[in-house]
Amino acid sequence: MTRLVVLILLAMSLAFQASADEANAQGFESLKEEQRYRDLTAELRCPKCQNQNIADSNAPIAKDMRDRVYRMMQDGASNDEIVGDLVDRFGEFVRYKPEVDRRTILLWATPAIAVGVGLLAVAGIVIRSRRRNDQAPSLTADEQARVNRLLADKDRE
Amino acid sequence: MKRVFLFVPLILVVVLGIVLFAGIGKDPTRLESALIGKTVPAFTLDDLEQPGTKLDAGVFLGQVSLLNVWGTWCPACRDEHDDLLWLAQEQGVRIIGLNYKDNREEALGWLERLGNPYERTIYDPKGTLGFDLGVYGAPETYVIDTDGVVRYRHVGVVNEKVWKEDLEPLVKQYREDAS
Repeated sequence: MTRLVVLILLAMSLAFQASADEANAQGFESLKEEQRYRDLTAELRCPKCQNQNIADSNAPIAKDMRDRVYRMMQDGASNDEIVGDLVDRFGEFVRYKPEVDRRTILLWATPAIAVGVGLLAVAGIVIRSRRRNDQAPSLTADEQARVNRLLADKDRE
Repeated sequence: MKRVFLFVPLILVVVLGIVLFAGIGKDPTRLESALIGKTVPAFTLDDLEQPGTKLDAGVFLGQVSLLNVWGTWCPACRDEHDDLLWLAQEQGVRIIGLNYKDNREEALGWLERLGNPYERTIYDPKGTLGFDLGVYGAPETYVIDTDGVVRYRHVGVVNEKVWKEDLEPLVKQYREDAS
């Protein structure tokens, strides 16, 4: 059991080491650029291993995409240009944050719609219950007189 | 009036059911190509069989072609190879190969051993054209019309079923469009 844990830890440290080496080997002029590279590769999705970003993935295609990001950064491309370049090849799929357009508007709007529907439902329930209270059966004049009489009798006793 | 509201949960469940049912059987690993409706990206690469002879996107003009991305390192490419031969020889389909991230000797040996279904094979050892096409896993097969426009991409093995259901109708359609 301990051996297994040690093995797992060892494997994990090796994996971290490998990715750190790769970043170092590529060499960035500034920490800011390195951070930019980290952010970009973290927000791009690997098309092969679909629930990993290209920073995490070991797939060859993810390596090619990381190299592309790096090269375009060296050539002075902006983040939008880099992401656009990869989207042109691999499709909107590679962005974890798709642009808002006609096809994705529903995706982006669903949370707001859900909250809106929820608020409407709550408002409806509140209004209806209030209306029901207003409509509580009121007494006719005769009945009210009788109530008064009964209460007065009760007081006298 | 209030009765109507009793149906709201039922309607919601039915709608949810329809949405979920529509998703059954869809393979999320098959992505539509970003190049559908666009021309094949420009490239100049060696012909696999004739080192030094360059091929470019002009190779797709004039005829409807399948572009098949393969490599000797790719086991699924071996699976579909016999079906590609059948397509090329029995069905008269023009197939252009894209030998992707491979080396020439092994690729030539493979074609010699197993037969060659490709009219021409583009040799792309670094995967540059593959990258521009958005290839994320071999084998991939593209339908390309007579103007060199990408019309469809199939990711995974091509077999008789895939041909009959997905590729053949498109190939026929674009052949007719051209004539």
